[in-house]
Amino acid sequence: MKNVRMAHNGTDIIRIENLIFEYKREGEAAPDRAVDGVSLNLERGSFTAVIGQNGSGKSTLAKNINALLLPSGGAVYVDGYNTGDAEAVWEIRRRAGMVFQNPDNQLVSAIVEDDVAFGPENLGIAPDEIRVRVRESLLSVHMYGERKKAPHLLSGGQKQRVAIAGVVAMRPECIIFDEPTAMLDPVGREEVMEIIGRLHLDGVTVVLITHFMDEAALADRIVVMDEGRVVLDGAPSSVFRRADLLRKLSLDAPLAVELAERLRGKGFAIPDDIINTEEMVEFLCRSK
Amino acid sequence: MIRDITLGQYYPGDSWAHRLDPRVKIAVTFVYILALFLIRDFGGHAVAAAALGVAVAVSRVPPKFILRGLKAVFIIILFTFTLNMLMTKGEPLIKAGFIVVTKEGLYNAVFMGLRLVLLIVGSSLLTLTTKPVRLTDGIESLLKPFRRFGVPAHELAMMMTIALRFIPTLLEETDKIMKAQMARGADFESGSILRRAKNMTPLLVPLFIGAFRIAQDLAMAMEARCYRGGEGRTSLHELRLRKQDAAAIFLTAVFLSFILLERWLSPLWFDI
Repeated sequence: MKNVRMAHNGTDIIRIENLIFEYKREGEAAPDRAVDGVSLNLERGSFTAVIGQNGSGKSTLAKNINALLLPSGGAVYVDGYNTGDAEAVWEIRRRAGMVFQNPDNQLVSAIVEDDVAFGPENLGIAPDEIRVRVRESLLSVHMYGERKKAPHLLSGGQKQRVAIAGVVAMRPECIIFDEPTAMLDPVGREEVMEIIGRLHLDGVTVVLITHFMDEAALADRIVVMDEGRVVLDGAPSSVFRRADLLRKLSLDAPLAVELAERLRGKGFAIPDDIINTEEMVEFLCRSK
Repeated sequence: MIRDITLGQYYPGDSWAHRLDPRVKIAVTFVYILALFLIRDFGGHAVAAAALGVAVAVSRVPPKFILRGLKAVFIIILFTFTLNMLMTKGEPLIKAGFIVVTKEGLYNAVFMGLRLVLLIVGSSLLTLTTKPVRLTDGIESLLKPFRRFGVPAHELAMMMTIALRFIPTLLEETDKIMKAQMARGADFESGSILRRAKNMTPLLVPLFIGAFRIAQDLAMAMEARCYRGGEGRTSLHELRLRKQDAAAIFLTAVFLSFILLERWLSPLWFDI
């Protein structure tokens, strides 16, 4: 393959440089700018959450990372490959897998294990190796027992776990989750988030697009988007401290952060790094 | 209503017939159907029925299950039977007003009826013992040599796979829309056929829009998983011919030679 792989320092798996993306609508003079000058570097093995309202450009940003959409301006590099380079597309997609929002619309086969095999089959991997990978990835999402079932007999959370297994079987270095829990019930959400957390621990770079704050709180970096731009970027504790700005964007800080802020207002000393309910409960039980 | 059709309904099991290579099963069924059209008299039908009986026994599919599939096409069989009986000219047997049943007509009717029954039972045995997904694998593999002549083997198989995956999803969607429209006062059950067809519009339009949305989402999800057509693709389920497949091919060859032999040897019962 003759595509040019940019030299890079190796710690950033994804580099987004001044990305602009415009949806061109027929009959409209001005294109709709969904992403407007975003620059981000994502470290290998990191867990980044991207949050924002509907229409903030977060999903568009996600689809630009694995060349499902191509930049109108700027550039995106995945592991050194430029997404604009047509020959690098498959190298990029095998490195940056993607899980979508609707669990029904991303499973291809009428049998769970066949669906998980779909990605590896596309990569031309030998059948014996595919079998190993299907088994491993189904075990990792606790769906091995359901491998012979038809997807329409599974719950939303189970379908989404199968979708994750399908991506994991391709052994990507990075997985982009585009609102994976938006259509699930609370149980399904929890199952999926547990798996995302474990994938991160296993060394997979995770990009989580979400509008649930408590999910974003699990990340080690939060990027807040509004109208196609990055408005906040940092560790969860520092992002949640800007509750005023979040509220202006119609985003709520997690309950624990909200509570901590109000308690501080009443004169209690609450540490800044408490961002989830468990930590809060623990802190309150220990304090006198 | 839809559930009555055995064609395309898999009967779970692990019999000798279930384990055969799908390609072999498709080929055997094809040869069997061809043989049915080579048969000229009831002696041939007896051979075919015996072979089918053996196949059914080997498949361990309960005969009750197979007969249920026949029920769905009973009208067609009856129609063929009646038409053949009344429309064939020859020596009159029964006369009742303008209705004339001839000897040849009766013979033809029974002959055609039997052929249809054997045909339907034989072909439904293929779908009863083969998962639709495996059937798709088999068809893709069998069509591969014809790619050179422009037969889109992989694309056809992929379309079938996706159709199989989404038929239940679309049925669910239909049910949902139907209930939603009924809650808004839509009426799908009364009025003339024309009226009822017209009333389907509020069901079909959202269903089509939904199907297009699914197609768009799915296409993107497939691309994200590196789908780029059949070129260079491997398969989880490799198709490999084993001893039992060779045995099945041999038995089919024996069956075909019996049919040919019978056709050669037996005199026609009477000339038609």
